[in-house]
Amino acid sequence: MANDRPPFQPDQTPDPAEIPRKAADEPPGWTDNKTTVKLLNYALFAFAILLLLIDPLVHKHGPFEIEHVWGFYGLYPLAACVAVLVVARVLGAVLRRAEDYYDR
Amino acid sequence: MTGDWLANFPPGLIMILGAVLVPFLPGLSRKIWMLALPVLAFVHLLGLEQGMLGRMVLFDLELTTLRVDRLGLIFGYIFLIATFLGVVYQLHVKGWLEQVATLIYAGSATGAIFAGDLVTLFLFWEGTAISSVFLIWAAGTPQALAAGQRYVLIQITSGMILLAATMIHHGQTGSIAFESFDVTSLAGLLIFLAFGIKAAFPLLHFWLKDAYPQATVTGAVILSAFTTKLAIYALARGFAGTEILIPIGTVMAAFPIVFALMENDFRRVLAYSLNSQLGFMVVGIGIGTELSLAGTAAHAVCSVLYQGLLFMSMGAVLMRTGTAKGSELGGLYRSMPITAAFCCIGAASISAFPLFSGFVSKSLIISASLKGEYFVTWMVLLFASAGAFLHSGFRVPFFVFFGRDSGLRPREAPKNMLTAMGIAAFLCIGIGVLPGVLYALLPSPVKYEAYTLEHIVTQMQILVFAAVVFVVFLRMGQLPSLQRAINLDVDWIWRKPVAWIAGGLHIALLNFLSGLTAKTAEAGARLARTLYYEHGPTGRLARTRPSGSMALYMAALLVAFMAFSFF
Repeated sequence: MANDRPPFQPDQTPDPAEIPRKAADEPPGWTDNKTTVKLLNYALFAFAILLLLIDPLVHKHGPFEIEHVWGFYGLYPLAACVAVLVVARVLGAVLRRAEDYYDR
Repeated sequence: MTGDWLANFPPGLIMILGAVLVPFLPGLSRKIWMLALPVLAFVHLLGLEQGMLGRMVLFDLELTTLRVDRLGLIFGYIFLIATFLGVVYQLHVKGWLEQVATLIYAGSATGAIFAGDLVTLFLFWEGTAISSVFLIWAAGTPQALAAGQRYVLIQITSGMILLAATMIHHGQTGSIAFESFDVTSLAGLLIFLAFGIKAAFPLLHFWLKDAYPQATVTGAVILSAFTTKLAIYALARGFAGTEILIPIGTVMAAFPIVFALMENDFRRVLAYSLNSQLGFMVVGIGIGTELSLAGTAAHAVCSVLYQGLLFMSMGAVLMRTGTAKGSELGGLYRSMPITAAFCCIGAASISAFPLFSGFVSKSLIISASLKGEYFVTWMVLLFASAGAFLHSGFRVPFFVFFGRDSGLRPREAPKNMLTAMGIAAFLCIGIGVLPGVLYALLPSPVKYEAYTLEHIVTQMQILVFAAVVFVVFLRMGQLPSLQRAINLDVDWIWRKPVAWIAGGLHIALLNFLSGLTAKTAEAGARLARTLYYEHGPTGRLARTRPSGSMALYMAALLVAFMAFSFF
């Protein structure tokens, strides 16, 4: 009979002391290199500008006029993302509670 | 005769019946058996003919326990694939409770997909509710026990509403067939509500973000696949083209984005992002054209895979570090590079990068909204696409695997987890590269060209500009901060004020009773105590039993009658 063991074992949270930590002599990872990170950022910005520049070459078929405005698919998400991040910050200040809020 | 019997056998039952054996199998044979069950069910499903099968008479009701058509098949395929992946991901777990719960849950969900009538649907619907809660309870923490109790209460309420609606519908029309319903009739409205609870409509969504993050490491992965997608299937079957679904889905795609961006527990971020993805599917159902319904089915398939993959990667992190909170993590790519890579594939898929699965399914729904000239919906879906990249595509992998180094160097995930993640990642890319394979399986085969210059460039614009915003906010330190905290959602209403009022009434009742003569007061107080114990806000009876036990009795009764009719 395979039933000598308990039916289940709750997830074992690893002992924080047992999780391996950074060694003192660990070589830096590629994300620690500030130049690499900077280059990546610039590449991203350059790509964004490139996508805006080629925008007029791409013909769009949708029925809405706004879609045909130059750079709509870049600038609209840009504005929307800024807005949602601002809203998230404001709402976060209102709705944020301590982790044990419901347990009290 | 055996052939006839087999040709009418629901594939879901293979896994439910197979699950009964699991506790009795030792060691390796248990694992092999569990892996074999979804494969067997899949092979069986491939061999089934299309049509209304598995007819039987129960009381005076004619049941269709197995309806096979294209809409059901695509959901059946992905559910069985998800079951297999879930079992692989779960192989390292000791014991049998979670394993049995997984198989019964997945089997019930698959059974519900192929249910041709409302009574069969109800039975399997309740089956998913009752089995899945064990995936939450098995986590064993006080929070998980409480969240599981709230979860099962909501799930069973959905089942009770479905049962009531079935009775009304039968009374009014004499039919229990699971076809399309009219949302303006009482029965139709109740069915709509029952489906809507499980589909996590806005304001009915809170159970999803409450319960999933409390489940076990493997439980959350399995939960993410079935309940909500079953509800999407049921809505697509029963309410295709119901216009009210368009605004509901639009709100649903947008509002979880804000909560996902504020949230610190990354499994809860994924629960919110799952909710947002469901919004896309609901919009597709509401539009109701062949293209949009095909988009819903395709997006459900892709979403099971990439959402599962993301939950798997967070599960691996949780298992190795004991937390999935952004405030505690960072820089894990150094010691968990494979998990990090798989997480990025899931992130690219949910963000709908070209060559990843989300791109070929999401664009069907967005194109349908464009063709139908739903301007507001289309604008919101574009925003939600950018939002998906912000909260799940960029934020989750960045703050867990890259970003600020937490100094943690946990071991890589176990091999079985990596295998499950690898298969899911392979399928995410496979569907993205060869969308034709998926498109051929959709309810109505669509001839859709996902990879046009227009689609690729506009989607890249959305993603790159969302990334620009993220990076700029990050460098300015203006992103919503990661700290150990929770955010209130609508479940606050019943977890705080409603609980206060119930508690206050209890005290008022006690005070009132103490004003009576000592003897009656004592008797009364005893009564109040008993009532409170059984029915008070913390009383188990009040929490789940009155609806739960009735549903269980009903289910047991129906199963018993079904068993009778078999012999």
